[in-house]
Amino acid sequence: MANEKEIRTKIRSVKNMQKITKAMEMVAASKIRKAQDQMEASRPYAERIRRVIGHLGNANPDYKHPWLVEREVKRVGYIIISTDRGLCGGLNVNMFKTAIGELQKWKSQNVEVDLSLVGAKAVQFFRRLGGNVVGTATHLGDKPHVNDLIGAIKLMLDSYSEGRIDRLFLVHNEFVSTMSQKPEVKSLLPVSAIDLGEETLQDHWDYIYEPEATELLDDVLMRYIESQVYRGAVENFACEMAAKMVAMKSATDNAGDIIEELQLIYNKARQASITQEISEIVGGAAAVSG
Amino acid sequence: MPTIQVDIVSAEGEIYSGNANMVFAPARMGEVGIAPRHAPLLTALKPGEVRIEDTDGKEHFFYITGGMLEIQPHLVTILADTALRGEQLDEAAALQAQQDAEEALKGVSGETDLARAQLELAEARARYQAAQKLKGKR
Repeated sequence: MANEKEIRTKIRSVKNMQKITKAMEMVAASKIRKAQDQMEASRPYAERIRRVIGHLGNANPDYKHPWLVEREVKRVGYIIISTDRGLCGGLNVNMFKTAIGELQKWKSQNVEVDLSLVGAKAVQFFRRLGGNVVGTATHLGDKPHVNDLIGAIKLMLDSYSEGRIDRLFLVHNEFVSTMSQKPEVKSLLPVSAIDLGEETLQDHWDYIYEPEATELLDDVLMRYIESQVYRGAVENFACEMAAKMVAMKSATDNAGDIIEELQLIYNKARQASITQEISEIVGGAAAVSG
Repeated sequence: MPTIQVDIVSAEGEIYSGNANMVFAPARMGEVGIAPRHAPLLTALKPGEVRIEDTDGKEHFFYITGGMLEIQPHLVTILADTALRGEQLDEAAALQAQQDAEEALKGVSGETDLARAQLELAEARARYQAAQKLKGKR
């Protein structure tokens, strides 16, 4: 039987761990709220820019921007958004599973895949398993900025413009609720008409364009894609915090269970040693008196 | 007196929203002043100052690093960029992302080992589920 002192030390160390997981749980819980606000804050921009693109598309019905035209698929691009840090349960694993499923699907069609990775976990994952990674963006911190993502996105957009890839997708976790997050694959390029809600645009008036609508379209489309990826990054961060909160909560509960069990063992060990001492004293006394 | 609703939004959040008598913005073709009932206009903005004269006659200044300006007769929307943009700057950012990737994935083959990836993920998932189950039993 383990001795009392050993068990006591163990209990103390588990208690310390529990304190840490509890603190992480609370920190994550407070960050969820902020991340959700950030998600909400990005919505007006995306909606407006979508409306503007709709107008631009209507302005020159004959001109088709290459980003709006569907073409034969020979090679595809994926922007994969993961978390920067771990300790968030099965969040990244589930997302990678979806991503790998996608890669498998393209492979079976003999289509090659380029990857652009956001988040240190994705970089780690593909470093181990290989992959044609063209760009990365890591260490976005608690508040992702569009600025940090521009490079990784531009690489893919350029690839598309130059015809190296024929479709572009985004993989990230979708925030369903605090208890549930699910991986989502979204098509970014070509931008489909449905995404832009063109059917709702039947106004008679039109803008004056300065400079030409075709030129403006370039700028607007790029910002549209960027805002989509940015939203993905913010949403993924909200997911990370939610998953972390749940994971840390169960870790705290588990630590509580372990402490309880250890306490029982400790009590038993203490009882045993007391019993032994008493029996030794009684035995000793008996020997003296006998 | 008619007024215009002015919204300045960026991808990261709303910057300003309110009514105004007059708005000035640095359009790419030169500064524009927008009074109520302006004709619908869509233009790109260059870095510069946006000046808003609100209904109380107070002036508000915003520095923007570029973006888009959308004008409707009673609504002005500025889609502001969150950072300084430019072909060269963007190019530099792209190059940086590419270098980061090369740095992080030195010596990694171009082909994802799909079979191994699936195996590892399945294992990680099974372990996770087992842990969950074990927890439920207690």
